Amino acid sequence: MTAEPRPFRVAVASGKGGTGKTTVAVSLALAARDLGPVTLADCDVEEPNDHVFLSPKIEESEPVSLLVPQVDEDVCTYCGACAKACRYGALAVIGRKILFHPELCHGCGLCARVCPVSAITEVPRPVGRIERGRAKGIQFWQGVLNPGEPMATPVIQALKGRLPDDGLVILDAPPGTACPVIETLKGADYALLVAEPTPFGLHDLKLAVGVTRELGIPAGVAISKHGIGTDEVERYLAGEGIPVLLRIPMDRKFAEAYAQGTSLVEAFPEWKSRFIELAQRITMEAEVPR
Amino acid sequence: MKELVVISGKGGTGKTTVVGAFAALAQGKVIADCDVDAADLHLILKPQVEKTIAYEGSELATVDAGLCTGCGECRKACRFDAVLEEGGKFRVDPLSCEGCGACAHACPVGAIELKPRLSGWIYVSRTPYGTLVHGELRPGEETSGKLVAQVKMRARELARLEGARLLIIDGSPGIGCPVIASLSGAHAALVVTEPSMSALHDLARVVEVARHFRTRVFLAINKADLSPEFSERIESYAKEEGLSMLGRIPYDEGVVWAQVAGRPAVEDGASPAAAALRTLWERVAEHLSL
Repeated sequence: MTAEPRPFRVAVASGKGGTGKTTVAVSLALAARDLGPVTLADCDVEEPNDHVFLSPKIEESEPVSLLVPQVDEDVCTYCGACAKACRYGALAVIGRKILFHPELCHGCGLCARVCPVSAITEVPRPVGRIERGRAKGIQFWQGVLNPGEPMATPVIQALKGRLPDDGLVILDAPPGTACPVIETLKGADYALLVAEPTPFGLHDLKLAVGVTRELGIPAGVAISKHGIGTDEVERYLAGEGIPVLLRIPMDRKFAEAYAQGTSLVEAFPEWKSRFIELAQRITMEAEVPR
Repeated sequence: MKELVVISGKGGTGKTTVVGAFAALAQGKVIADCDVDAADLHLILKPQVEKTIAYEGSELATVDAGLCTGCGECRKACRFDAVLEEGGKFRVDPLSCEGCGACAHACPVGAIELKPRLSGWIYVSRTPYGTLVHGELRPGEETSGKLVAQVKMRARELARLEGARLLIIDGSPGIGCPVIASLSGAHAALVVTEPSMSALHDLARVVEVARHFRTRVFLAINKADLSPEFSERIESYAKEEGLSMLGRIPYDEGVVWAQVAGRPAVEDGASPAAAALRTLWERVAEHLSL
């Protein structure tokens, strides 16, 4: 009997923005095609960019909605129980008027639960969409938050719920360390952190390492723009026992290819073998008992 | 008093470098670092912290294991997959809990209580360049938008007390809740972008958000010489959209060395980026009628 096929989920993250998450995620996906089925999911739903490098053919697009309250004013007694219960200040009752601020609503459903006369029904409000397609031999998914909408987490949650459950799944995370990053990292087998060797890069890398430890996810680092700044990032990583799995030098020709929307492994095929090695190292590292 | 927020859409384009330069150049201002999940401005402004304020962003549901009967009503009520079962009892995962209180309402025996949680800190500091207020979100915490709003509120109060003419706000990447919170009440948003297909794509989304909130948009291109072609494309986009294009900053390793030295990039008189940042500041000041 063979083992149940299991997906291996790698999240590509960074504290600081613009360190090269997209470059690493896209090149890793394209290189790993030779090893088995690959899915790339762009979870940076506020500013998704993987599609720029892959020009995927989108085959399916579905809206992501939050359930928000709709008050039936024929039934409502204006008792204010809903407004009092809402922790986000999304509902207010002033005299015989209900004020609802959709952008503050988290869709928790508590208002509908507490209404003594069942005047509240929950209706879907679109906040973004998820898309699926194919590009260059990999399965491509992305979430897209509607501009003006504050909450990225529901879109990421919906996206992750639809991903395939076999092969290598690469999750391109948003920058930072707040809730959208946690939502992306949850359930990942490995976190590949992309860091640049500058003081800002080091400061934000330490925050990102803190998040992966909090979540109990093993992590390794890819250093981008290698050669600028100082060796403080490398010394920090050595001290923490976190492996450096890849170094991408600062090079104007890489920046030029990036500007044009060409991935590193396509513009410079000699990098392909390094990304294949990276994929293999990650699987090995994830299995190291700790 | 005028409020200028510096945002970017895409991460890592140089927001903090620009804000650090403005901090050194502007007279009579207060500075707020609202990139609360990766705040880096303090690394170049050398703050002496005078006041630390605990930030309680949201509440956390807590199950009293002694009272829990294991009925599972809390799990059914939770929309955020935050209730976990363990040995016939239930507990709440703090990383997923949004503090809505639906579980506490659903619990038939009153075993769940909502407790305030420490989500981060707000710091008020003296720097050689003026007063700095910055926020720090604990990794994985929700409510970054609310922390941004509180950092801004405090910075505004201090600016009023000091009779400042300007509040400079370092924003977050993306288009989600921290960005929306940093835009509210701003006289203008300076969007710092870079010449690439990805950045152009992200720029269009963040401009849409700024428009949604009726904020005036200024534009600056950082590392402009890395792709003259895309710098041109961004300039034509700005023209089409009627955005004020206020500066081009060349790629310059001097910026990294200033960061390593822990000081604003404009303090190195000879660097080409420093000269461009000075010109940019003059034009921003002119456009804000300072």
